[in-house]
Amino acid sequence: MVRADWTIYEEDYWAINSVLKELIDNSNSTSVLLIDKTGQLIASVGMEPEFDLMSFASLCAADFEANAQLATLIGERDFSTLYHQGVDESMYLSRVAQHIILVVLFNKRTTLGLVRLRVKKAVDSLDTVLNRLFNKLEYENEDLKQFDSTFADELNKEIDSLFKD
Amino acid sequence: MSLINYSSREINCKIVYYGPGLCGKTTNIQYVYNKVDPSTKGKLITLATEMDRTLFFDFLPLELGTVKGFKTRFHLYTVPGQVYYDASRKLILRGVDGIVFVADSQSARYDANIESLYNLHENLEEYKLNLQDVPFVVQYNKRDMEDVIALEELEQELNPEKFPSFPAVAVRGDGVFDTLKCVAKGVLKKLSQH
Repeated sequence: MVRADWTIYEEDYWAINSVLKELIDNSNSTSVLLIDKTGQLIASVGMEPEFDLMSFASLCAADFEANAQLATLIGERDFSTLYHQGVDESMYLSRVAQHIILVVLFNKRTTLGLVRLRVKKAVDSLDTVLNRLFNKLEYENEDLKQFDSTFADELNKEIDSLFKD
Repeated sequence: MSLINYSSREINCKIVYYGPGLCGKTTNIQYVYNKVDPSTKGKLITLATEMDRTLFFDFLPLELGTVKGFKTRFHLYTVPGQVYYDASRKLILRGVDGIVFVADSQSARYDANIESLYNLHENLEEYKLNLQDVPFVVQYNKRDMEDVIALEELEQELNPEKFPSFPAVAVRGDGVFDTLKCVAKGVLKKLSQH
């Protein structure tokens, strides 16, 4: 038995993926990523970026959280969206279902206005999918037999072989 | 906050190195980065000031092999140690699965260790957590320096609950992997126990 703080099942993953794919097509953006607020990457669609996705996800979460704190300081609850404008590449970040961040990477093939418009619709759809998933996690007793003690033993061996001087 | 993704078949866990300013948290992560097999590590991200003091965090993703079809990844983070970066520390603790407290063994840093540990308790409380909930390991770093406090005395003050602890000289790598292995195994144990 395992109890992770959250889990993504196959069917939810594909539901999420189809919303992200629709967003990328409708907005003409290059890549779309979904990240949780602790910096873990959940899904990514579109052009595979050349940079390290794990690092990118952790920095996006930090960026979003730092801005949420700034919002609090000026008397706002948070900033639900952020926009970073570059010469060629830009980013638009939006909060989804409280704990998740949607990140859209786009270039001059599209405009901020279109991205913003399409993100709004995608956020509504993702809200539904993610809240359904969170409800399921709350009520379902996870019985994940593959994560038993032999699983931990095998991973411990991996740890011993990886972490050595 | 561990995340199990059934579709990409990944398990992600977050380990945070906590401790007072200049105690060697970044040095721990840098040592790990330099020593592990390049195929298992991602990019080391350091958000530091010009003086090499951590401003926001350091980040290093490490990948274990695939077991039972699942790829397990540890995300190592450090927090900025200086007192006035408390807001950043709080953010980094969000969703933590395992904590290493790096103490500075030098007597001049005795109070700084206590203050940082107290601050850790306070910040965990904000997430409704305490040290019993999260695998916790203490590292007594800088054992090679002059004027260090005896380990027994440090244990008494900083680790009365007797969590696992290790002496270390992180610049040389002594104790770095022992500490990491211990916390990583603690995280996996907790994951498989529930």
